[in-house]
Amino acid sequence: MELAIAWGAVWRRSLQLRVVISTLALSTAVVLVLGFVIQTQIAGNILQAKLDDAQNQIESGAALLERELASVDPNREGAQGELNNALDRLTNSSDASGTPAAGAFRAVLATTAIGANSSVAAGPLEDVPSDLRQSVADGARAVRYGTVDSQGIDVPALMIGQPVRTANGDLEFYLLFPLDSEQRTLGLVQSTLIVGGLVLLLLLAGIASIITRQVVRPVRRAAEIAERFADGHLDERLPVQGEDELARLGESYNEMAGSIQEQIRQLEEFGALQRRFTSDVSHELRTPLTTVRMAADVLYASREELLPALRRSSELLVTELDRFEALLGDLLEISRLDAGVAELGAERTDMHTVVVRAVEHVRGLADETGTPLELELPTGIYADVDPRRVERIVRNLVANAIDHSEAKPVQVVLAADEHAVAVLVRDHGVGLRPGEASLVFNRFWRAEESRARRTGGTGLGLSIAVEDARLHGGWLQAWGVPGEGAVFRLTLPLNEGDVLESSPLPLGPEPDTARRVGTSVPTPPLGFAPVGDGVPAGGAR
Amino acid sequence: MKSRVLVVDDDPALAEMLTIVLRGEGFDTAVVGDGTRALPAVRELRPDVVLLDLMLPGMNGIDVCRAIRTESGVPIVMLTAKSDTVDIVLGLESGADDYVVKPFKPKELIARIRARVRRTETEPAEQLAIGDVTIDVPAHQVARAGEPIALTPLEFDLLVALARKPRQVFTREVLLEQVWGYRHAADTRLVNVHVQRLRSKVERDPEHPEVVLTVRGVGYKAGPP
Repeated sequence: MELAIAWGAVWRRSLQLRVVISTLALSTAVVLVLGFVIQTQIAGNILQAKLDDAQNQIESGAALLERELASVDPNREGAQGELNNALDRLTNSSDASGTPAAGAFRAVLATTAIGANSSVAAGPLEDVPSDLRQSVADGARAVRYGTVDSQGIDVPALMIGQPVRTANGDLEFYLLFPLDSEQRTLGLVQSTLIVGGLVLLLLLAGIASIITRQVVRPVRRAAEIAERFADGHLDERLPVQGEDELARLGESYNEMAGSIQEQIRQLEEFGALQRRFTSDVSHELRTPLTTVRMAADVLYASREELLPALRRSSELLVTELDRFEALLGDLLEISRLDAGVAELGAERTDMHTVVVRAVEHVRGLADETGTPLELELPTGIYADVDPRRVERIVRNLVANAIDHSEAKPVQVVLAADEHAVAVLVRDHGVGLRPGEASLVFNRFWRAEESRARRTGGTGLGLSIAVEDARLHGGWLQAWGVPGEGAVFRLTLPLNEGDVLESSPLPLGPEPDTARRVGTSVPTPPLGFAPVGDGVPAGGAR
Repeated sequence: MKSRVLVVDDDPALAEMLTIVLRGEGFDTAVVGDGTRALPAVRELRPDVVLLDLMLPGMNGIDVCRAIRTESGVPIVMLTAKSDTVDIVLGLESGADDYVVKPFKPKELIARIRARVRRTETEPAEQLAIGDVTIDVPAHQVARAGEPIALTPLEFDLLVALARKPRQVFTREVLLEQVWGYRHAADTRLVNVHVQRLRSKVERDPEHPEVVLTVRGVGYKAGPP
């Protein structure tokens, strides 16, 4: 079975092998047919010649015998002797005559009395088959092919018989021509054909092999070069010789490679520009922002000493500066993620600690809104992740949940299996409408009902969270039912670089709820367009 | 006696604002606007803490840090606009004890400065050892087989914290609290880089540490005494 699979693989992978074997197969068929035809023709011709000569022989023989034995009486004494003599004379005369003999033969002469008690015969009558005797007895010349016994060996023979007219009835005259030499000839022809055929096939295979190699070699080289190009050696080009189809292929390929290389170069340049931009902007914006921030804080610290209008101004100043700072940070982060320059600082992390830290960060918000937090965070789960990013994601998810939960409990669940770890944040508040589960990750998207935004979010939190998840090769997915709540699930591979196939936690409703109205929309993997609702996409690259 | 802070920053507005905030918290301040003048200022003024902006004209912040470190173990806090791990680690490796990312909350900056300035006044006469490294706690001396090793105060504190409890494993959070004085979760990268720095000074072979051992997934502990 494995041999068949291995053979199948070799067959599929080698064009040359296929061509050579196909050529061989067809040639074999042709050679076989041709050989068969040739052999049959030769055999037919040989036998026909033999037959013709046999007929000539028996005619002349019969004529001779009719003269000799015109008056023979089978019932008389000495009839046997007369028959023998006649046969001897026949043999001698045929030796001496100039007519082309049909080769050696044995003659049989017998009186027509098959099965009768008195029958005189000369020669090996027992070798003549009875159906031939019957035909001859009926008065016609007949031919049969059979075997005769020659020194203990059965030899094929041509047997021809003719009635000989005498005064006292017809005699049966048979000539038995052994065909052993013809058989040997045919055997020789056959073996010659076989040997010749084999040699021919081998030569054809060789020729086919050489010729296909002429075509396959440039194709193989092109495949190798294309592979190297795909691996990143963007300078690889095909050598182009001549003007035939292969040359055209080479030229087109080279053009394409050049164009791709140029595009990649441009993209890299763009990426470098982006990097420099974010770095420059980062520095330039941050310094004055720091000064402004410090000034605002100084004012804020002394606000009690200010007039109410000034006090209020300083409070607003500080709050809005917080928002501004958050927005700036998020914009810069997203711009780095877009440019592909964000680095994953993955290290072996205790997931429990990270999630607890994230939750503690928003504990104040939960207390303010009176939202109970229900945590199911087992310890002992370690994963290769970037703790800062994961904390940011979880913090965002929990803050969103608190924001939208309308003071109903928010559950945070941590779980893992052998391949992945998942953090699930569930709320029972406003929920998501069908279709919103994928929109919610868009930049600056907000649901239509305006809710009091306690967190003062930037609108980029989930977009950044999705990109952070993707950077790990993980998933961030949402599901919800209007009026009943929403679930956000973060799934990350335990080991950096693994491809995710499933999540340790289910995305749908709580296990005891049977209804399932919304759809689960997974985060599309990097490089693919967003997939439709409910289609689980694979992990990132 | 007031603690003195040396501010090394080329942005005049920021430097002025820092001065206002620091003075309001009871610190003495001096400002230097150019990297090349930082080291002479350290020599002359002997500050308790240096606040060093990494993006400087003239001498680069990293180089300033290294230069100061060749002469003094004064606590250095970096101010940086970049929060990439690479940049942070580079700054810490060149000798800074801590870093603050712009824009920062002034309260946070003050807290960090205070933590660096705080010294324990009374220390029991202790002699500790890890392997053949001896630690004279009150004298702040560390030596291997008699040869003295120069450590910054922070590196010294880190080594002492580990050496005091040889069999105990310290998580990074615990070290941040004990050695840096940060009660709330701060950046564990600080610990990682300082352990590397400590190892490069104290270990025979930093790739195969015997003095400061890593306990994978948990933290660090001291080698046997």
